[in-house]
Amino acid sequence: MKVAIASGKGGTGKTIVATNLAWLAARNGQSVAYVDCDVEEPNGHLFLKPRIESSRPIGRLYPWVDESRCTQCGLCGEICQYSAIVCLPGKVLVYPELCHTCGGCSLVCRPGAIREVLRETGKLETGLAGPVQFVHGLLNIGEAMSAPLIRQVKAAAPEADLVIVDSPPGTSCPVIESVRGTDFVALVTEPTPFGLNDLKLAVGMVRAMKLPFGVVINRAGFGDQETQEYCRRHGIEILAEIPDDRRVAEEYSRGGLACKAVPEFRIRLEGLLARLCDGNRTAPRVATPEPDR
Amino acid sequence: MNDIVKIRRAVAPPVKELTVISGKGGTGKTSLVASFAALCRRSVLADCDVDAADLHLILEPRVVRRELFAGGKRARVKAGHCIACGKCEEVCRFDAIFFDGPGNGVLEKTFRVDPLACEGCGVCAWFCAEGAIEFGPVVNGEWFISETRFGPMVHAKLGIAEENSGKLVSAVRSNAKRIAEEHELNLVLIDGSPGIGCPVIASITGTNLVLVVTEPTLSGLHDLERVADLTRHFGVPALVCVNKWDLNPEVSERIEARACERGLGLAGRVRYNRAVTEAQIQRKSVVEYQQDGCATDVRAVWAIIEARLELRTETPPKGV
Repeated sequence: MKVAIASGKGGTGKTIVATNLAWLAARNGQSVAYVDCDVEEPNGHLFLKPRIESSRPIGRLYPWVDESRCTQCGLCGEICQYSAIVCLPGKVLVYPELCHTCGGCSLVCRPGAIREVLRETGKLETGLAGPVQFVHGLLNIGEAMSAPLIRQVKAAAPEADLVIVDSPPGTSCPVIESVRGTDFVALVTEPTPFGLNDLKLAVGMVRAMKLPFGVVINRAGFGDQETQEYCRRHGIEILAEIPDDRRVAEEYSRGGLACKAVPEFRIRLEGLLARLCDGNRTAPRVATPEPDR
Repeated sequence: MNDIVKIRRAVAPPVKELTVISGKGGTGKTSLVASFAALCRRSVLADCDVDAADLHLILEPRVVRRELFAGGKRARVKAGHCIACGKCEEVCRFDAIFFDGPGNGVLEKTFRVDPLACEGCGVCAWFCAEGAIEFGPVVNGEWFISETRFGPMVHAKLGIAEENSGKLVSAVRSNAKRIAEEHELNLVLIDGSPGIGCPVIASITGTNLVLVVTEPTLSGLHDLERVADLTRHFGVPALVCVNKWDLNPEVSERIEARACERGLGLAGRVRYNRAVTEAQIQRKSVVEYQQDGCATDVRAVWAIIEARLELRTETPPKGV
């Protein structure tokens, strides 16, 4: 079972939920893998404190032009949609940061002047956090595209009973890449106007991707009741409500696992874990229209 | 353009840009930007968090202009043209081609492009010998010019599960700057997105000042380091503000010490206060909602930013 922990708004508690779930499930005897797909700002390691066993650079292909074989036909520049390769009189210019690695230029190059070479765009680290198998990626500073790295991080995830994918915030490409192919998405939100607005966007995203999902309301009791009302109106399953608790926030600020320190928090997370692993959970609701979008 | 407008523009002070980012999400960027807008009143607002925009919830903009945004292209198999040769699947590197498209009268199944997985490279269309694949621009979202109680605002909505957020950010930013010039407003206030990737890069390159809003947690400290690397990489000056600092004074101090070591300036601290959420629920900025408490802190932070950007002609107050 592969579960993605995602959210539209940042800072709602994805990493708290994901790391504590991983720890709890492992304590219950399940084999667990934690995969941090927030390659721009990964934080899971601060809480799980894994022993990193392998760290290797990973990257993407981009075109390298052998000028001696180039016939200046210009097809490479024509097929490229990203202006990453430009054919000028007497010269072909390549802009690696703009390249999406589609491979089009090397396919259209008849004289075979284009070869794809690897460019490092980040790092992939794997290790063990107690019994939890740990994977995360780190995007190099200044790199714009995180989705290709996320794809590689997910590909490196080991087999396990429960694979927890910690997603970056938002609703665009990096999030789509993170949640794609998972069995279930838990959308973590907070009961505030910002939290609800971004939850609606995230619900739109998982529905477009036809993924089954549920909602975790973190810091319940902190804002208003609109989020519960929204979920009820749209038939969205609330997987857990985690009450606002200063002790949880303090534990988080120190990099601790709140499950170990706050029993009430642990009870909620155990309930959430049981809900997620329950095969008889109510059928995924993917087709319900959403009138107020 | 007539000469008078040209001359006026030549003597008008240049438009400055302030970008508020955070690295880690949920540290209070948008709440601060709303307060800055209330305090400045001579700015154009640009909500560059295009895939989870929230500023409109506080500023309640009245949309005066609406534009479709087409930032990329997409492939689509034309019904009845595909002969199921499989070339498209072979050349696609994004796992966007599926063999579950509608039949063509002869074959039961043909190929189909998954619009969510399609990267818009067009390689499939190029190599399709049957010309069965359409490849053209696609609308990724919308952007708006609005009026708010604090001045003009440019904002956007990325379509559901769409790409090209960086290009949309650039469109929002350039339009905000143009409006500032037209209205002779001297500041564009940019609300950025979390992370360090494409939309963040698009919102900070060439800006006059970046304000990094962080929180006193180990995650906040860790993410600040990466944001500091990013602002240095793109050569933009940055100030750091620790929001909710009293939740962990010790980590707040570590963050500020680290920011100074990294050559970032300090913009002050804002205390933790439930009034921030209460204000949000009432669709107000914190400085409108309360006079004391953390509103005092926010005003102090704004004074430092104002001085740093030299928005006022008189000399900044002593001690700043």
